[in-house]
Amino acid sequence: MNEKKDTIILAFESSCDETSVALVRNGAQVLAQSTATQIQSHQRFGGVVPEVASRHHIEQIIGCLDDVFQQTGLGYTDLAAVAVTYGPGLVGALLVGVSAVKAVAFAHNLPLVPVNHMAGHIYAARYTAPIEFPAMALLVSGGHTELVYMPQENDYQIIGETRDDACGEAFDKIGRVLGINYPAGKEIDELAHQGKDTFNFPRAMEKEDNYDFSFSGLKSAFINTVHHADQIGTKLSHADLAASFEQSVVDVLAEKTVRALHNFPVKQLILAGGVAANSGLRTRLEKECAQIQGVDLLEAPLKYCGDNAAMIGAAGYVGFKHGNRAGMTLNAEPGLEFPWLSV
Amino acid sequence: MKILAIDTSNRPLSVALLEDQTLLAENTTTVSKNHSVTLMPAIEEIFKQSQLKPEEIDRVVVAQGPGSYTGLRIGVTTAKTLAYSLNKELVGVSSLAVLAKGVQADAKTLLVPVFDARRDNVFAGGYMWDDGQLKNVLPDQHISFSKLCKQIMGKEVCFIGADVAKFANQLKELMAGQDYRIAPAESAVPRAFNLGTLGLLKEAENVNDFVPRYLRITQAESQWLKRNPQEGKKHGPYVKKY
Ligand SMILES: [Zn+2]
Repeated sequence: MNEKKDTIILAFESSCDETSVALVRNGAQVLAQSTATQIQSHQRFGGVVPEVASRHHIEQIIGCLDDVFQQTGLGYTDLAAVAVTYGPGLVGALLVGVSAVKAVAFAHNLPLVPVNHMAGHIYAARYTAPIEFPAMALLVSGGHTELVYMPQENDYQIIGETRDDACGEAFDKIGRVLGINYPAGKEIDELAHQGKDTFNFPRAMEKEDNYDFSFSGLKSAFINTVHHADQIGTKLSHADLAASFEQSVVDVLAEKTVRALHNFPVKQLILAGGVAANSGLRTRLEKECAQIQGVDLLEAPLKYCGDNAAMIGAAGYVGFKHGNRAGMTLNAEPGLEFPWLSV
Repeated sequence: MKILAIDTSNRPLSVALLEDQTLLAENTTTVSKNHSVTLMPAIEEIFKQSQLKPEEIDRVVVAQGPGSYTGLRIGVTTAKTLAYSLNKELVGVSSLAVLAKGVQADAKTLLVPVFDARRDNVFAGGYMWDDGQLKNVLPDQHISFSKLCKQIMGKEVCFIGADVAKFANQLKELMAGQDYRIAPAESAVPRAFNLGTLGLLKEAENVNDFVPRYLRITQAESQWLKRNPQEGKKHGPYVKKY
């Protein structure tokens, strides 16, 4: 039996279409993780249907929980705490994880650590290297696009975010136009590598003096270009379309991020979220960071870029150390956000 | 046998601890706006009142549906996880049967608990007392209220539930000349004590596979099936583990 020199946290994640449970040691080592993905179910509908997602979570949650105990041979007495994503996300989906974690905390009298899903995405990078402060995180996923400043551990402040579509959402929407199944990010990324930026789509808000993003103009320009070509009977290169779209996204994200790095001296730029797997974005930010003195790029391992419980365990460990606790009244908070930078 | 019973299937919230047929503690409210916030504190409270520890129970009994999808998931997830992590038995009972259990009647009376399912639809079932046992004689179903009335015509009917009042005008029309009554108001709220006694004799379920009985597939899926009639059950699997 573990002598509790180590802090082992049992973590739950169910905010969207992945049911995931993990056992994490000291916020840095994944002892076991079991994830059930529903992508194939939602592909029927071209996107995540909340009620369907909630139903799948309740089918999967105990199986995932059982897996991590079976894989490690650990028991409840080995645990220091339990942690859970309580927002942001789909309310019905979040409620499955929140209800389950409260039942475990009550049954075994364990401290309960509430975790913001976005802090989880940032801490996925912890599985590459320790996070050093102050740090900046660029969070890009299907639901979120934001720049988060972290002056110290357990302190997250938004400095900019998307005004309309999330970055990953834009990928899915133009994917539909190109006949690519949801989630479209990976396939568009591959396609982009075979093409060139020939369409020169708009770079929204690129020169504006803030850290906010916008992708709806780009999305409209893309859709109009394709529809116009359809009407006059021309065939456009999907590879060039994808490359042009991706280049515009990468330019906007990189421009704003670099501006933030110049105004907020940090030790690390953390690239996090599902879209962090995009190779065009990774390459570009690597190049940009190499040119800024003292800033290292820290990327989450590819396997922890999507939604998973390991990242919740890593962020939960930090929250646990800092005394973040929730009681039995913990509720799902679908619109949960970090505070904005206080100036 | 010590039982924890949980019903969050509709607006009321009820939890109880029982020892066999005897009630130890019960917490029943109709003012809970959010079962996610109120369920666990209510469970904590009845354990405290009865001076029991979670590991001392033998079985968790949960109202499995039909009812509010979100309410069912909060109750069922909590029940599943408690049963799994305490290594106790899990039993599901019809949420409609819980209401029927609260009404004593003679062996000729058809008890018809009703939940509003909107757009003139209801969740309803038919139950009868037979030799001290409550029997399900008409399966729980999602059905239009007028069809339900057709199914139960010619019987001595007793409607149960807070939602019956919403159908008062239709009742007069559809059940004109029929022998029916509405159960008194105090039986319209489900009580976890009744749930627990119903769950006492049932066989334990597989905890992992246990899901709510929604009695309806989702709108997205029914539309998808209409567009893809040949797919049916062969499609899938929808969830992949890694
Ligand atoms: Zn996410």
